[in-house]
Formats: sequence, C-alpha cells, structure tokens
Amino acid sequence: MNMIQGLENNTLAENSEGNQYLTFLLAGEEYGVDILRVQEIKGWDHVTMIPNTPDYIKGVINLRGTIVPIIDLRERFSLETIPYGITTVVIVLRVNSDNGSRIMGIVVDAVSEVYNISDDSMKQAPDFGQAISTDFVMGLGTVDDKMIIVLDIDHLLNSSVLKKISDQGDINS
Amino acid sequence: MSIDISQFLDTFYEESFEGLDTMETELLGLNPGEADVESINTIFRAAHSIKGGSGTFGLMNVADFTHVLETLLDEMRDGRRDVTQLAVDLMLASVDVLREMLTALRSSEEVDVVRVTEIHDQLETLLKGDAPSVEDVAVETPVKASPSIVGWNVSFKPLSHLFKTGNDPVRIIKELSELGSIKANVDLSAVPEFDLLDPEECCLSWQIELSGGATEEQVRDVFAWVDEDCELIIDAITSETILEPETLKVVPVPDARDEAVPLEPETPVITPVAETKPVKVVAKKSVAVAAKNPHAAESGSIRVGIDKIDALINMVGELVITQSMLNQLGEDFTMDKVQRLQEGLDELEQHTRELQENVMQIRMLPISFSFNRFPRLVHDLSSKLNKKIELKMSGENTELDKTVMEKIGDPLVHLVRNSLDHGIELPEERVEKGKPETGVLHLNAYHQGGNIVIEINDDGAGLNIDRIREKAIEKGIIGENDSLSDEKVHELIFAPGFSTAEVVSDVSGRGVGMDVVKRNIRDLGGIVEVKSKKDVGSTFTIRLPLTLAILDGQLVRLGDETYIIPLVSIIESLQIKAGNVNSIAGGAELYKLREEYLPIIRLHDVFEITPVNTELINGLLVVVEGDGKQAGIFVDDLLGQQQVVIKSLETNYRKVDGVSGATILGDGTVALILDVAGLVALSRERVKILRNQAAVA
Amino acid sequence: MPTILAVDDSASMRQMVTFTLKGAGFNVIDAVDGIDALDKAKKTKVDLVLTDVNMPRMDGISLIKELRTLPNYKFIPILMLTTESGTGKKSEGKSAGATGWIVKPFNPDQLLATIKKVLG
Repeated sequence: MNMIQGLENNTLAENSEGNQYLTFLLAGEEYGVDILRVQEIKGWDHVTMIPNTPDYIKGVINLRGTIVPIIDLRERFSLETIPYGITTVVIVLRVNSDNGSRIMGIVVDAVSEVYNISDDSMKQAPDFGQAISTDFVMGLGTVDDKMIIVLDIDHLLNSSVLKKISDQGDINS
Repeated sequence: MSIDISQFLDTFYEESFEGLDTMETELLGLNPGEADVESINTIFRAAHSIKGGSGTFGLMNVADFTHVLETLLDEMRDGRRDVTQLAVDLMLASVDVLREMLTALRSSEEVDVVRVTEIHDQLETLLKGDAPSVEDVAVETPVKASPSIVGWNVSFKPLSHLFKTGNDPVRIIKELSELGSIKANVDLSAVPEFDLLDPEECCLSWQIELSGGATEEQVRDVFAWVDEDCELIIDAITSETILEPETLKVVPVPDARDEAVPLEPETPVITPVAETKPVKVVAKKSVAVAAKNPHAAESGSIRVGIDKIDALINMVGELVITQSMLNQLGEDFTMDKVQRLQEGLDELEQHTRELQENVMQIRMLPISFSFNRFPRLVHDLSSKLNKKIELKMSGENTELDKTVMEKIGDPLVHLVRNSLDHGIELPEERVEKGKPETGVLHLNAYHQGGNIVIEINDDGAGLNIDRIREKAIEKGIIGENDSLSDEKVHELIFAPGFSTAEVVSDVSGRGVGMDVVKRNIRDLGGIVEVKSKKDVGSTFTIRLPLTLAILDGQLVRLGDETYIIPLVSIIESLQIKAGNVNSIAGGAELYKLREEYLPIIRLHDVFEITPVNTELINGLLVVVEGDGKQAGIFVDDLLGQQQVVIKSLETNYRKVDGVSGATILGDGTVALILDVAGLVALSRERVKILRNQAAVA
Repeated sequence: MPTILAVDDSASMRQMVTFTLKGAGFNVIDAVDGIDALDKAKKTKVDLVLTDVNMPRMDGISLIKELRTLPNYKFIPILMLTTESGTGKKSEGKSAGATGWIVKPFNPDQLLATIKKVLG
C-alpha cells in the first residue's frame, strides 16, 4: 500500500467508518485501544523486576535497546490474576504524556480483533461501580452486538507510572 | 548556482565562540603599557576571522561591530596605538557584546541594539581620540561616468615577470572583451630572437580599443590584479572623438574603490558604481537566509580531533576484516576449525571493545573548556571586591565527557565565586595576618581511577567553624549540644538552607546555596568534599565519573535477578563471618569490619523481592562507599565485571529510588544499576528510624 | 576537473569554500594554515591555490612566497582571500607573487565566477 492510499484510508476511517481499534480480552471482557498507538504485539517473556513499584508493574524489558515498562492490566484493574498462558500477550503502546511520549507494554489475556468503531456509535461509559474507573474509559462501542470497552490509554498508563507503591490503594478511585 | 550558505552558520558560531574565548584569554593576559605582539596578533586574528565570517554569512551587524574592534587592534599591532587599560577593558566588553550578539542571532532572538551601539560608540570614540582614523581614506571615490564616453583605448604593457604572478594576459583581454567589443593589436617588437627567448618572461604588449558603455571603473577592475605588474594607460574615447583624452594613472584608484565599497555598506559614502550592487544584494540575501533558518539554541555538535577519527576508521577497518574472516569460516564450517573460530571471536571482542573505548573518547574534551572562563571571572570579581587575587590553573588538559563538562560548569563557578568572596581576604587583612597581599586561587584537575577530580583551592581565611556551628544551630540543622568534629562542621555548609554569608553580596549570594552545588554534583554521580584550615585556606574537591554514558560494573546476583554495582563505589567484597554480624535494636544489622560498624543493606528488604537465601553466612558482603559513607550490600553471589552502557529508566518510566539506571546484558535482558549513594542514604535512614522506634518502645 | 587547494584557518569559511567548489565539480584539497598547505602542496599538484591571509603558524603571504619557490607552483594562479581592510596586504601579497585576490565578504557565486575566470 502506498502512502497516498494509506492516508486516504485513514481519512476514510476517521470520517465515516470511525477509528480502528485493536481489541483484546481481559477477564471475559473485550477492550479496545486505538490501533495507531500499537507499536507491536509480543508474547510474554522474562521481565526484570523494578523495586518499590506497585505490583501491577511487572518490570521492564529490552525493546530494541530501550527500556520499556510492562504493566499487568488485570492487576492494574484489581481483577483476579491468572497464570500467564499461551495466549497471554504483551501489547506495546505509545502513550502520550505532557512531556513527550512513552513506550509501555500491557499484559492481557489474549488479542482479539481489529474493528472500526465510529465516533457516533460510541457511548458514554456508565459507572461500572467496582470494576474499573470510568476515567480510564473513552467510551463503549458496539460491534455485532458485542460491547467493546475503549480505553483511554494515555490517562490509564500515565497514572500508572506516576503512582508510587504507597498510592496503590486508591487506583480504582 | 545558488548555495544556501546558512548551512555553515553552525560552524561559524562555534568557531566564533572559540575565537571570542581566545580573545578573552589573551586580553586578560595583556599588560597595559607593553605590547605583546604575539598576543595582539592572536587577538587580531580572532577578530578578523569573526569579521570575515560574519560578513560572508550575512551577519552585517556583527561584521560592522567587529570592524571597529579590528581597526583598533590593527593600530595596536602596528604599534600606532598604545595598549591601555581602558582599551583592554573596552575590548573585553566588546568580546561580551559579540558573544551576546552571536548567541542572540543563533537562537533567532533580538540583538540588544542599545548595548551594541553603546560599546560601538565607545570604540569609535577611542579610535578617533588620538590615532589616525582609517575611515578618512575611504571617502574619495572619483568616478565620473560621463555619458559622452563611448569606449576606451587601453594600452597594456605587462612587465616581464607577469607570468610569475600566475596571471595570463590572454585571460585579462578575454575578460575585457566581455565589457564590449574589442579590437586588439599585439605589439611584438619587444620579443627577442628565438634563441634568446625566455618562455617564463612576458614580452608582448597590447593596444586595445574597447567600444561599448563600460565605465572606467569596470575597465580598471579587469586590470586590478596586475596594476603593479604592467604599464597601463586607459584613455576615454568620447562621442566628440579623440578630444579630451582623459589619461588616468591607475595605481591608487582601485584601492580606493576596494576600500570604499565593501568596507561599510551602510554608510552614505556609497557611490552609484555598478560594483557596489552585488555587495549590497549579498548582504540582503544572506540576512534573509539567516532569518529563514532559525537555529533554535545549540544543536549540540562536537568538534573532534582528526586523530580520534583516524583511530576509529582504523578500528572499523580491522573489525571489517575480522567480520569477513568469520564469514568465510562460517560458510564451510567443520569442527576442526573450532580453534580458529574461537580466535576470530576473541579478536572480534577485542576490536569491539577498542571501538567502544574510542567512540567514548570522542565525547571527551579537556577541562580547559570549562576552566577558560575563570581568568575573566577572577579578573572581574577581584576588582569588584577590591581584592588581589592570582589565579593558577593546572591539569587543564584532563579530559572528561562533554555532557559532564556542561553540567559541572555552574557548580564550579559557584565554588570559585565562593572562594573569592568568602575565602580570600582583603589585602589589608592578609597583610595583618602576615600573608602576601595577593591571594592565590588554584584550580586543578586530574584523573584518578575512573574519576576526574577537580580541586578548587584558596589560601584564604578558611571556614569559620564557630560561625558555621552558630548558624547551624540557629537554623536548627544541629542541636545546641551536639558535639561535632571539625570535618563534620565543615560538611554543614552543604546542608540545605545553610548560608554563611554575613552580607548577601551579588557575588556569591545569589540565592543558591552550597546544597544546590552538592545536589548538582551528586546528580552527575559525583561527590564534593571540603577541607579547610583557619587562616591557611580551603580546598573543595569534586569527584566525578568521566562519562555518564558508560560505567565499569560488578554484576551481582540476588535471587533470580542480576544487578550492577558501579565498580568505583566498591571498596571490597568479602565472605560474611557470622560473628561479625550485630543485630541492633529494631532489627537493623551492622557488620563489624575492622574497627568500623557498617550497616548491612539487604536488597531483599529494600527492594522487596524474594531472596534465594536469607542467611547472611551463605552470601557475600560488598562493601561500598557512597557520599563518603560506607555500607555493606548483601548479595547471593558475585558474577563478572564488565563495562555497561547506561540506559535511562526515566525515558519510558520514572526515577526509581536506589536505582540509577538500567543496562542491557549480553543475553538481551535488562539489569538494573544500583545507585549506591542513594542506597547508603536509604539504609542509614532506615537504621535511624528502626533505632528511634526501638527507643520509643 | 582542476584541483584547488583552499587554505583558511576558519572552519566555516573552509566548509563554505570547499562545498561551493566541490559543488561546481572542482577537486578540493583543504588546509588549515600555511604550513599545512605547503605540506599538502608539495605532495600533490594543484591548479589553483586559494588562501586566507591572516592565519596562525604561517600566514598567507609567507605561504605564497614559499609556493613560488616550488617548481610546480611558479606559474599557477594563487588567489588571496582578503578583507577590505587588508589593502596593505594586497600589495604585500602581490609582491610575494599572488595572482590576485577575492575580497571578503564574498558569496559562493562571486567565488565561483572569479575562479572560473582565472581557470578559463
């Protein structure tokens, strides 16, 4: 695909069909992240632990010479943890923050699909009560009667970095 | 062809700043009254280069300013002007102005016109004061392009040596033909017999009739390079023909032209001569180019000696050879070649290591880059403080990493200011104490292990222990009854919120305390210490790693993890003897090493990880020193030592206590580098807390 | 293509001159001062020398004098890069054997025009 086609597709996607989202599974729910933020998807591998960080920060890996932190999304959302299996993957994302961008990885149960979700069809997230803070949810999309929880990864992952271990208690607030 | 000359601006700025530094150094070394020809020449050359470059690159305000400065220097160089203190001070101020102008231009900011004009005017005044003004020469431009002139008769008789100047009469005549149509007659009468002919000599002459609207100026210009190497007569052919043949002597006029035209493009002297135009256009065009390409701040380039580059090229060459050798070996590898494979790999390792060392070398600069600002600082401050101070510098060629150098600049300035302000006494006071009137400030640098050591030594009053104590008590840093050794008292000056200046002067009392100096140095992975003796003086010693990008590390194993301890902070590693372990109240542990008790740092606890063994006797104790304090780090095992490239955790994550960064090991995994000073502080803090808790309980 | 030896102690001028001349297809050898230039001139043969006047170690005038004593450099064009204030330098250079001069500041086009004129 040449560049012009690529651009056209993007424009199309934004105008009529909406944005493309990569979805993944986590404790039975399907979540989506903006596909343009996805750097790569890789299998779970050894990480180097970092001291004095919340449990959900599994550690850091070497991604072609840069040190990238890995966050377990189940733990981040205080969901029940399960042993990592063959479908467990790390999705490496680009996260925008006030002072530039960061590269971070999230551990999820499995990757699912790529969907187009138009901005119009995206609904405001209701209060989930206990599961995850609505702050981290951009909205709810519907694809084939399935609900996709579209995440605001900038907010979610930046706040994960900023919190020290002492703050862990209030991550769901 | 049009070339964007703004691409050379970075180099121009860089060399101009260097030139200004040179000027400053030499100016500071000038003694009024005596003209040191070599120094003045050096200063002149630097100014001259800046002028030439700024003119070429379209920075006309810089060129104009430097021109006046250069004229002044030129007169001094020729002995036409005395080197006075006034002139030296004014030239130092000019150096400052130029530096400001160039800095502003580089970052596309406004030049402070008021200040520039002020110093410019002072220079002009000084110039006009006594010595002959050069400007007068430029004023006359006798050009009369009378419309009645329809052409020129040129008699061109080269002297015999013309060829030896590299000039070719044919080229000159061809050039003349571009001004109009020409009729040329060659005069062969001076050509000798063939056997006497010297091919190196020019024996021909020409009578040329040029018709067309060329000005006298243009015609003369064609012969400008050979005016001293020929007999030249230029007669105007007017419309009234043959009448009023205006004969002109050529020699002095082209000079006047050259003098008048590019000298001061902005002065009203400019005459409507065709040649002035290109110059004017250039200036405008270049200015536009410069404005279009704002060079936001510094692009962070580095000048590297050719020898360093050559060494690298050699090394890469060898690497390529080794690589191709290994390649060949791999193509039809059999087990009997395993020996050669091993050798090849060893070679590869050695070359890679050398290459790495040499690449690191590129970033190394002599500390003189940082020291060079001090002669000026000391010069300015001593007159401000009414003190007599001699600055000595040694070890200026000691090299350190460019980044470290940039960051150590401010702390160094602060320490030097501090020594000048609070250390060295007023002349009267010194005489009273029986010391020489002139105080000495000594800057010294040398390498020690993997560190660079910088010392700032003064022979002043020394730190006032009583005053410091008093102040520290007043500020609540120590208790009234705390008994502290002199060294401990000295260290208090680095405590946050401490400042001994009795009067906050604009020299060192700028709201920044020694604590900031200490913090800045610590951020660079370094330490600062002070030694002082009353009325003898003080020495501040800064120890810094040579580079921030790489370090020699000791790999240690702790549980399943590998950590790296910087080799420079390790004092020794030892097998733990159970009898030397003392548990103190609250659960902290101390290790008795000779007569010292060291806190034991259990990384398991500090880092909250699951250890493989918790029995001290099964592990090793790595004795480390950070921030001047020692502690023992308990590890499961020592692995190898190796140089590691430091990677930041902050790029994608954030700062982690007790960890200074990370690196990538040979197998591709990440290992954390321990921040020893931070850990020691952390553990000491912990011991203190545990003790207090125990005491309360 | 002719080879030009460009001598200047200023790196930016050297870069500009070299870039301009190379862009026009000339071969360029550069040198940082008179001694460097003389050394390089001896080792090779150039068709034109372009030299700054004010340089450390050996200035342009001395360089021209030295070059003119070399058999290979007896007749080749040597141009000085000089500033308007260097009037005295021009005649000094001329008597040392310079062919001519280019007045600083100059722009790349002016430089090329002059060089092409001299090299024909």
